[in-house]
Amino acid sequence: MATFSPSLPGNVNTGSWLRDKLFLGMTPKAYLRSLITPWHMVAAAILAIGLPVFFQRFAYGIGAVSNLTDTNPWGIWIGIDVLCGVALAAGGFIIASIVHLFGMKEYAPLVRPAILTGFLGYAFVVVGLMFDLGRPWRLPYPMTFAFGTSSVMFEVGWCVALYLGCQFVEMFPPIFEWLGYKRLRAWAMTLVLGTTVLAVVLSTLHQSSLGALFLIAPSKLHPLWYSMYLPVYFLISAVAGGIGMIIFESTLSHRTFKTQTGHLSHAQLDHLALGLAKGGAIVLYLYFWLKVVGLAHEHQWSLLLSGWGLWWLVEVIGFILAPAFLFLFAVRGLSPLLARVAAVWTVLGLILNRLNVSVVALNWNQTERYIPHWKEITITITIITIGVLVFQWMVNRMPILLQHPDYAGESH
Amino acid sequence: MNLNRRDFLKFAGATTATAALTSLPIKAEATEHFTGHPDRKGILVDTSLCIGHNCRRCEFACAKENYLPTPDKPPEDASVFDQRRRTHPDQFTVINRFPGRSEDMPVYAKKQCMHCDEPACASACLVGAFKKTPEGAVTYDASVCIGCRYCMVACPFDIPTYEYNSALHPRVRKCTFCFETKLKEGKAPACVEACPREVMTFGKREDLIKVARQKIARNPDKYVDHIYGEHEVGGTSWMYLSPVPFDSIGMRTDLGTTPYPELTRNYLSAAPLVMAIWPSFFLTLYLFNKRKDQIAAEENGKHKEESA
Ligand code: SF4
Ligand code: SF4
Ligand code: SF4
Repeated sequence: MATFSPSLPGNVNTGSWLRDKLFLGMTPKAYLRSLITPWHMVAAAILAIGLPVFFQRFAYGIGAVSNLTDTNPWGIWIGIDVLCGVALAAGGFIIASIVHLFGMKEYAPLVRPAILTGFLGYAFVVVGLMFDLGRPWRLPYPMTFAFGTSSVMFEVGWCVALYLGCQFVEMFPPIFEWLGYKRLRAWAMTLVLGTTVLAVVLSTLHQSSLGALFLIAPSKLHPLWYSMYLPVYFLISAVAGGIGMIIFESTLSHRTFKTQTGHLSHAQLDHLALGLAKGGAIVLYLYFWLKVVGLAHEHQWSLLLSGWGLWWLVEVIGFILAPAFLFLFAVRGLSPLLARVAAVWTVLGLILNRLNVSVVALNWNQTERYIPHWKEITITITIITIGVLVFQWMVNRMPILLQHPDYAGESH
Repeated sequence: MNLNRRDFLKFAGATTATAALTSLPIKAEATEHFTGHPDRKGILVDTSLCIGHNCRRCEFACAKENYLPTPDKPPEDASVFDQRRRTHPDQFTVINRFPGRSEDMPVYAKKQCMHCDEPACASACLVGAFKKTPEGAVTYDASVCIGCRYCMVACPFDIPTYEYNSALHPRVRKCTFCFETKLKEGKAPACVEACPREVMTFGKREDLIKVARQKIARNPDKYVDHIYGEHEVGGTSWMYLSPVPFDSIGMRTDLGTTPYPELTRNYLSAAPLVMAIWPSFFLTLYLFNKRKDQIAAEENGKHKEESA
């Protein structure tokens, strides 16, 4: 059973709501003092640089902070904030369906952190989009009165919006536990099955749609990356990346929020990591072969002999096949450490792939190439930093990693 | 909820039926082909006639017609041709110079929106900001545009541009075929009118193809035997003739004849299938697992009773 220190959610009772719910049971002064940590100093420095750039973006337009041009309309805001953000947040729906639909209950302790990561991941994809869209305040247009039904982007928009709602509903139980609303919480628990199924459907659709976005650019995307299988590649690599993220994120949380993860022993976590590693190996291996089949299908072996071919091999052998084998060795050798290395490797491979498709190999044949402006990079880093801070804030207050004592013993 | 075999078969049957039903209308839609408005207009650009240097009157006329700033470099400045230019928010059309059959016979090619019959930009836009009008123009409606710039990624001719420096009202900008001011009333666009050499012929697209064929037939050694835009990406309203191969005057010859909307149509029509099959599949999975758990729990219970 979990042990609780006074600063943890569900076990604070100082008689003051503010103190209990927001200041982790401390006095405001003590709370502020507790915030001074090395990580917070770094975060503060990033915000100090990033926030003025935020302002500049909205006051003077995209042109003032980016290297985007008429020839290169998409940069790292799409490549990283949107494409990587959505793919790496896939962990939420994967783990929820493993537990709720496939009935593998031993993974239940990973559900809430993965859903929180997923929810925040998507929320910050939308935040990132605000910077990239020329008129972000019109974001609801495609959902309300201007329907471009022939557009893949339209499907992406709808699915992401609905999925965000879905994940929000899945966040209800921990939120209501935090606030102590038992009735609402009971009601929220009845929604889990429906939202999980909906989440799988929506994820299948929009993860693959993000790949399908590029189907309309055969003359711009390098033929080694352009393929009619792009939607399948994006879906399957998102599953691999999502698994990688769950392993990575659960390890990190276990270290960072030690006091909260007492109920899940190291040995248990290692066991789960190895179980996920098995899935990771299979998915990556399948992904690798699909990439090869795609290449064979389009008869493009000769392209491998160029510099682009080399780069493609780096991605496919170095960042798909290699982590697949690492996962395999991890499972064979019962090495959770290796599984974690493979997880990080997979995540890096996914980022590499998304950047290749959206930035590096897109417009490969143009003389005018895109290199991100430092302010674009700053905006991306600042958004990620804020995302991590919000994650931390929520984990420290809501029963995400640990079970709320009132509902202990109940399955998720 | 209990699930026996009969229920399951019913369930599976229903799933297949929904899948089949949802896929039917999609098939029909996928085979439907755009034929376009029969009377839509077009322009035939004969690049062999364009003098480029000391002229560029089309560029200036376009700027005036669309309230754009006058092009920086005056007509007599030959340095504009040193670099290959593309369209920009303040310039909807540009003339580029390319090597011709001999040193002293360069080819000048005008670039602007091709006004595709089945525009990639229109199929890409998630708010439907682009429309192909019956007159032949592809128009853009800034009042719905959210500024995702997917149209720019989609356009195979690299035409749409964006006002990156506007914080509040950034628009996609591109050649309008002078739709509001000219084409709507059946008149030729400003650039066509301004041209002293009659490089561009305005007319019904159908007729222009005939004119182009005749030109090629009469002067087989003056033109390459191809009307660029007749079939490219499913056909465009603006079409070109050239004395040299098209890829040497900056036009892509690897775009194919498939209309661009086709590239994503099949994918999009698969979405309803996922929506029909996935939920039933996963719910079945869920029910099976639940049943398994129940049986396990019951047996466990019996066990306990027996041992008690
Ligand atoms: S040339 Fe480009 S912008 Fe013009 S209609 Fe065709 S796809 Fe659209
Ligand atoms: S930038 Fe505007 S016009 Fe272009 S696809 Fe996006 S919403 Fe449509
Ligand atoms: S048709 Fe009109 S908008 Fe287009 S290039 Fe000519 S003058 Fe400019």
